[in-house]
Amino acid sequence: MVYLTRVEHFNAAHKLYNPNWSKEQNELVFGKCANEHWHGHNYELYVTVKGRPDPDTGFVCDVKALSKIINQYVIEQLDHKNLNMDVPFMKDQLCSTENLAIAIWKQLQPQLPVGVQLHGIKLYETPRIFVEYYGE
Amino acid sequence: MSKKVAVYRKEHFNAAHRLYNPAWDMAKNDAVFGKCNNPNFHGHNYEVVVKVTGVPDPETGYVMDMKILSDLIRDHVLEQFDHKNLNLDTLHFKTLNPTAENICVVIYELLRAQIAPQLDLQVRLYETERNFVEYPA
Repeated sequence: MVYLTRVEHFNAAHKLYNPNWSKEQNELVFGKCANEHWHGHNYELYVTVKGRPDPDTGFVCDVKALSKIINQYVIEQLDHKNLNMDVPFMKDQLCSTENLAIAIWKQLQPQLPVGVQLHGIKLYETPRIFVEYYGE
Repeated sequence: MSKKVAVYRKEHFNAAHRLYNPAWDMAKNDAVFGKCNNPNFHGHNYEVVVKVTGVPDPETGYVMDMKILSDLIRDHVLEQFDHKNLNLDTLHFKTLNPTAENICVVIYELLRAQIAPQLDLQVRLYETERNFVEYPA
């Protein structure tokens, strides 16, 4: 089994805000991330797939095809967007990096070519903060 | 020989912004600023590198106390910009488009007022890892 990773990036605005809580409770839990007018990040996305290299091509997955899938189903939906307001697949969800990684997994998994398995999503919110999701 | 030395302090802040010229219609803003004109904003992890140049003080060996420089950047730049919407939450960009160029000039001016005049100042601002600007040029 070989693991293949494609790195992409997008820039987006968001805020951390639970609509079921008061403004005070949100500020207590989320601090400055609850700023009502948003803030933003340069996100770095690592998508790892796994499989056995095809005997005819030597590829686990055609990386050009993988890049197109990530761009169409994830990057175009997120890049230069407001994650809370502009992204249908994040609607009614808290826009934490954790939830975003799970949502990206759900977007990508049904789109992958036959024989290619999604292994993991690694998502950097800042150079020093990242999450990983393995579909568990 | 003057033995000038440059010292650098690197900081970062995260902010939302939108590039938009209110004197233009939406079509022209879209044509010029593209997806940066998203009405609901987008955002970046900004990295700011502050360069101070001068002759080390004979008594301390410092061009400038880095702790003081760090505090100045925190108090005059980061507290205004970090986790903010540059268009909506700061006074500086009420009428000025928050491009990397303009943000860099504003940061320079905020710090220039706080740093001894005999020291040279230059600010480099990274909007993304691959897009950065510098002032003075």
